[in-house]
Amino acid sequence: MKRLLEGSQAVAEAVRLCRPQVVAAYPITPQTHIIERLAQHVADGELKAEFINAESEFGAASIVLGAVVGGARAFTATASQGLLLMTEVLYNIAGLRLPLVMVCANRAVGAPINIFSDHQDSMSVRDAGWIQLYVESNQEAADTLIQAYRIAEACELPVMVCMDGFLLTHTFEPVDLPAQVAVDNFLPPFHFSRTLDPARPMTLGGASEVDNYQEYRVAQHEALENASALIEAFDAEFGEQFARTCGGLVQGYCLDGAQTVLLGMGSLMGAVRDVVDKLRARGEAVGALRLRCFRPFPASALVRLLSGVQRIIVLEKAISIGAGGIVAAELRAALQQAGTPVEGVVGGLGGRDLTPDVIEKIFQEVTPDEGGNTLRFASTHVSPDSKKEVDNG
Amino acid sequence: MTNKNNAAAPPRSYEIRFHGRGGQGTVSAAALMALAAFEDGFESQAFPKFGSERRGAPVEAYVRISQLLIRSHNQVYMPDAVVIQDAGLLRSEPLLRGLKADGLVVLNAAEKPADMSDNFRWICLPASQIGERHLGRPLSNTVLLGALAAGTGWVTLAALERAITDHLASKGEAVVVANIEAVREGYGFIAPKEDVA
Repeated sequence: MKRLLEGSQAVAEAVRLCRPQVVAAYPITPQTHIIERLAQHVADGELKAEFINAESEFGAASIVLGAVVGGARAFTATASQGLLLMTEVLYNIAGLRLPLVMVCANRAVGAPINIFSDHQDSMSVRDAGWIQLYVESNQEAADTLIQAYRIAEACELPVMVCMDGFLLTHTFEPVDLPAQVAVDNFLPPFHFSRTLDPARPMTLGGASEVDNYQEYRVAQHEALENASALIEAFDAEFGEQFARTCGGLVQGYCLDGAQTVLLGMGSLMGAVRDVVDKLRARGEAVGALRLRCFRPFPASALVRLLSGVQRIIVLEKAISIGAGGIVAAELRAALQQAGTPVEGVVGGLGGRDLTPDVIEKIFQEVTPDEGGNTLRFASTHVSPDSKKEVDNG
Repeated sequence: MTNKNNAAAPPRSYEIRFHGRGGQGTVSAAALMALAAFEDGFESQAFPKFGSERRGAPVEAYVRISQLLIRSHNQVYMPDAVVIQDAGLLRSEPLLRGLKADGLVVLNAAEKPADMSDNFRWICLPASQIGERHLGRPLSNTVLLGALAAGTGWVTLAALERAITDHLASKGEAVVVANIEAVREGYGFIAPKEDVA
């Protein structure tokens, strides 16, 4: 049965349904409601977990690292500066090949300080070795969270579920939460293969010297690449059981006969779909592609889906300062052989609304440039805060 | 989906913008309206636009109600109705920006300020005073929701009451009962005077 739920509540309910044994976090906007809700569930006895209010995000990440090593299913959530403060531990969690799930309530990073949504936080830790899944709606946030534990535990890799702060975390929309018995059926109990146990002493996270460090890193890279197939398979299996899917690695929209395709991530794709419908109704051959899985980067799936497309526009809510769009650069590399031009647009930074008008303008005005690889910025739509712009009288 | 029966009519959809100050329950008002519409069989969405997260600062919240799936997560720029909890904000903020030509303003004030546009439909009621009688504090949000429902017919009073009962349950029985009294009085304040759809 569908209920109208705030995104934070939807994802917290999904976490509860996954029966984590340890939840540790440090509060930061816009993640706070997720953790408050989970704390309430623990206090009310609806979730039998140890809830640990950490002294910092570094502490929170370290606690869940230890919890998994102790054999527990664990959860944490953060955003923005909090995610960056976790960075060192994130690399360790991934390098130790620990199955852990966290939610990043995507938020801009400072300075200047800004609490609103863009993807700079999670994109900045893209090389840490975590699987990163970006969700479009609250339904997907809940469903992806459940899939994330299945993926993490099958691959022994950590998964970051990236959901737009405020745009999803603080938005009420209809969500169908699965029944506990169905989630139990999809997600078997967690048994960590390398649980630390005094009865069987062993070391986790020992030093690696020149003779084998590189092999560990190669193995980690291969594990992440191999996760692609399981991410798709578990989404398909979820679809069989729950009659809805989350888009696998990449999700196309109106790709049939599309000459121009706009690619993006997260909740902005709802408005993109609306704009595609409008332009299609006018006879324009446009489509959209949502990148759900950013890590591992699904290069071959993208090349396959975009073959025959004449013009690709990437609209992304993060920037590698001094270089440009991150997804655009990776897509250009993937499409090098095909030679399809990729136009990069950065926008929506710090909560700037990517309105249907702005998106339509991007579809119509971003055309291949002479030199290629020019970085463009989405037009500046600032009406909500442009005081005195409209006279009340 | 009781509201999806009439196949001949174009799908109905409404967008509402709520204005208030931090602490006035503006975000809660938006959530309650969306919950009520969902109860009535609509697709709905509610979300806030926080400014600087402090008591007294201007706050906005948005509601979308539709018979179709809502995919957009954009702010509301061209509302069908604007609900204003603090008339003082009209002096400093462009609260009526984008309001459709035949749009509705629900204002917490005894009467429409003389210098305000006559191009819109105005519903004015002393919601803080009404709220204070029921809630012991000058809270206007559920009173204004009652007036909005009566003035538009977009949601039923019964659905609003159910939304209040569910959403405010954690605040205790007394708060739920007081808010139901408040929403009923807000509804009753308008219903006899307006042609309710």
